[in-house]
Amino acid sequence: MNAVEISGLTKRFGDVRALDGLDLTVAAGSVAGFLGPNGAGKSTTLRVLLGLLRADGGSVRLLGEDPWADAVALHRRLAYVPGEVTLWPNLTGGEAIDLLVRLRGPVDRRRRDDLLQRFELDPTKKARTYSKGNRQKVALVAALAADVELLVLDEPTSGLDPLMEEVFTECIAEAKAAGRSVLLSSHILAEVEKVCDTVTIIRNGRTVESGTLAQLRHLTRNTVTAVTRTDPAALAHLVGVHDLTVNGHRATFLVDNEHLEPVTRELAALGLQSLVCAPPSLEQLFLQHYGDELAALESVGSR
Amino acid sequence: MSAVAVAVRPTSTAYVGTGTLLRAALRRDRRRLLIWVLSLGAVTVYSAVGLGAIYTTAAARQSRAAVMSTPAGIILGGPGYGTENYTLGAMIANELSLSVIVAMAIMSLLFVVRHTRAEEEGGSAELVLSGAVGRRAPLTAALLLMAMADLAVGVVVTLGLVGSGLTATDSLALATAWVLTGVAFGCVGGITAQLMTQTRAASGSALAVLGAAVVVRGVGDIVREHGSAFSWLSPVAWAQQVRAYVDLRWWPLGLSVLLIALLATVAFALNDRRDVGAGLVAPRRGPATAAASLAGPGGLLVRLQRGTVVGWAVALLLLGLTFGSLAKSVVGMVADIPALADAVGATGDLTDSFAAAASTYFGLCASAFAVASVLRLRGEEGAGRTELMLGTALDRRHYLGAGVAVTAVAGSLLLVVAGLADGLATAAVLGDAGRIGPQLLAALVFVPAVLVVAGIAAALVGLAPRFTPLAWLVVVWSLITGLFGPLLHLPRWALRLSPLGWVPKVPVEDVDVLALTGLLVVAVALVAAALAGFRRRDVPA
Repeated sequence: MNAVEISGLTKRFGDVRALDGLDLTVAAGSVAGFLGPNGAGKSTTLRVLLGLLRADGGSVRLLGEDPWADAVALHRRLAYVPGEVTLWPNLTGGEAIDLLVRLRGPVDRRRRDDLLQRFELDPTKKARTYSKGNRQKVALVAALAADVELLVLDEPTSGLDPLMEEVFTECIAEAKAAGRSVLLSSHILAEVEKVCDTVTIIRNGRTVESGTLAQLRHLTRNTVTAVTRTDPAALAHLVGVHDLTVNGHRATFLVDNEHLEPVTRELAALGLQSLVCAPPSLEQLFLQHYGDELAALESVGSR
Repeated sequence: MSAVAVAVRPTSTAYVGTGTLLRAALRRDRRRLLIWVLSLGAVTVYSAVGLGAIYTTAAARQSRAAVMSTPAGIILGGPGYGTENYTLGAMIANELSLSVIVAMAIMSLLFVVRHTRAEEEGGSAELVLSGAVGRRAPLTAALLLMAMADLAVGVVVTLGLVGSGLTATDSLALATAWVLTGVAFGCVGGITAQLMTQTRAASGSALAVLGAAVVVRGVGDIVREHGSAFSWLSPVAWAQQVRAYVDLRWWPLGLSVLLIALLATVAFALNDRRDVGAGLVAPRRGPATAAASLAGPGGLLVRLQRGTVVGWAVALLLLGLTFGSLAKSVVGMVADIPALADAVGATGDLTDSFAAAASTYFGLCASAFAVASVLRLRGEEGAGRTELMLGTALDRRHYLGAGVAVTAVAGSLLLVVAGLADGLATAAVLGDAGRIGPQLLAALVFVPAVLVVAGIAAALVGLAPRFTPLAWLVVVWSLITGLFGPLLHLPRWALRLSPLGWVPKVPVEDVDVLALTGLLVVAVALVAAALAGFRRRDVPA
C-alpha cells in the first residue's frame, strides 16, 4: 500500500491555479522528497494532504483514506510540521510540544526528552524569545515524538544549522528504520539527495519528474573527465557526447547513459590514463527542468 | 550575555543623528500623531463645551458638584476644588483632568516605547546604531517626539478652552499641567523600555505605574477633602492641585518639571549602561512541561485568554462598584434635572431605571469582550497556529466550538461579576440587601444577547473569514443604540437591529422569557452554522 497517492490534483485560489494536475506517490516505508522552487505548490499540496485545504479536482488518498473526510482519524496516524512555524508567544517551548503531542495521543516522555536533548532545545524558554530555528525544532520534536505511520514535513530544516541538520537526518533514518513513511518538501537538493529514496519534482503546480534517484539519474547524463595519452578531440564525433572541452590531453564532457559503452571503448583506445565519471547531481536534474528559470532559482538558493 | 556593561561616559558624539532620527520618526508616525493629537484635543474641547451646554444653571452645577463629592465621584474625577461654587471652569478642571491625563500619559508612554524598545526588539535599532548614530540618539529622539505630541495636544486644548470663553491664564495653566504630566509618564516609558526586553512588558509596566499613580491620587483624595499627603505622592495629583479656575497656583508644576528631569536622567543613565537589545530585567523562564490543564483547544484558549479575562473582570468589577455606589446620588441628581432622566431613558422608579441603564453598560462590555475573544481564533489562523493545531488529531468543530464555549463562559462570568458588584454596592449605599438579586438579574438577562453577538462573530469566522471585522459593527451599533437610543428617540426596529435591543430592561420591566429564549435559539443556530461552515472551508483562508 502506498502511504500517499495523489493523481491529477487541482486547486485554485480565486483565478490562480496553484495546483494543476499534480501527481505524487509515497510508497509505505519510504522517504520521499518533494522538490520545487518557491511558489511551485509544495505547501499547498501538503495542506491538501492534511485536509486543511479542499481539493478542487483529482484524487487524493492518504494511508488509504480520504484526507478531507477522515481528517481527524488520519491525523492520529501522522505528524505534520508546517513550513512556517509560529508558536504561542506566552507558552514555553516545552508547553507547546506537550500541547501538540497531547492533541495526537499520549506523551512518550522519554522520547520527547531524548529529542529535546538531541536538538539542544531549552524547553523552559518562552516561544517569543526563540529564533526561527528554535521554533522549527519545537515543531520537529513534537512531530518526531509521536508514534505515527507517516511524517509530513514542509521544509523541515529551514533555519536549522548544519549540526542540527545532521541530527535531523539521523532522525529521518531512524524513522525509516522503524518502518515509517516520510514525505518532506525542500528546495535544498543536498538534503533530499542525502535522505530520500524517491523524488518528485514539481513546477507550476504540475509534476515534471518523479522516481527513485537512480531512475532519475538514468534519464540524464554523466559528467566524464578523462586524461588520455593521445589527443582526445576525436571524442566529439561520438554519438551521445555533449559539451566536450579539451585542454591538452584532458577532456571533459557529458555523456548520455545509453551511449556510455562505445565512449569508454573509444577512451581506452585513446590510451586512458585517468578517468572520473560522476553521476548527475540532483542539482543538475533540477537545472534541467528549471534551466530557463535559472535566475529565479538563484534567488531561491540565496534565501 | 551580560546585561550590565561598563558605564560609558557620554561623549559629545552620544547625540549624533538625533535630528535625523526625529525627522524619520515624525514622518513615519505623522498619521498616528495627527490622530492622537486631534482626537485627544477634540474630545477634550468637545467635553468642555458639552458640560457647558448641559449644565446651564448654577443649581444644576451644584447638584453635579454633590455627585462629584461622593467617593466614586472623587475616584473618577478630582479633589473637588470649587465644588462650593461649581463654575464651568472648576467643573472642567475637576472632572476632565483625570481622563485627559490618563489618555495623554498612555499616548506618551506608547510613543516612547514604540521608538525605543519596540525598535530594539524588532531589530531595526541594531541597524540604526550601526550607522553614525550616537548611543543616546534613539532615546533622545523618542523623548522629543513624545514631548512634541504632548505639546501639540496642549496647544489645541488651550485654544479650545480659551475659545469657549474661559480665562486665558487658568486655561494655559491647566493645559500646561496636563502636558507636563503626560511628558512625565512618557519618561516612565523611557525607563521601562530600558528595563524590559519585550515591548509589551515595557509598555505594560509603564501602564502599571500610571495605574498606581491614579489609584494613589484617588485614595489620597478620598481620605481628605482636596487631597491628603498621600495624594501628593502621585504626579497626577500635582496637575489637579494647580486649582485652575478656582484659586490658581503654579508651583505644583515645579514638582512635575523636577520629576521629568529626574526620570529622564535615570532613563539616560540606564541607556548608557546596557547592551543594545538587552534589558536590565531578564525575561522569565517557564515550565519545561505543560500542566495537565493545557491539553485540548479549550485548555489552550483558557490559557491564552486568562490574562485578558482577568483584566476585563477587574474593569467590570470597578464599573459595577462605581455604578452601584452612585445609585443614591444619581437618583437625587436626576430628580433635579429632568433632561438627564430623558438621557438615561428613565421611567418609573429611578433606582430601577439606573440599575437597568448600568446593566446595559455591562452588556456592552461583555459583547465587546465576546467579539474580541472569538475573533482571536481568526488571529490564530492568520499567524499560522491554527494550521499547527488542525494538523493534529483535532476536529475542526471541536476547535471552533471550544473558542465559542470559552467565550460564552467568560462572557457570562463578566456579567455575574459586574451585576454582583453593582448589586452589593447599591445595597450598601441604600442600606437595602434586597437590591442585590434584581441587580444581578439585570446583568444576567444580557447573557443570551451576548451569546448571539459571539455567535455572529463565530459565524463570520466559519462562513466568511475575510469579513470577520464586521462583527465589530454589531458592537458599535449596540453601543450607539444602547447609550444614545433613548436620547436620539430611535425607532424600535432600529434598536432591535442590535441583539442587546431585545433584552428586557430588568428590573424596570419583567423578564421576557420569550425574547430571551428567542435569543438563545438564534445564538445556537448561528454557532451551528459557524461549525458547519468551518468544517467545509480552507484553512488558512
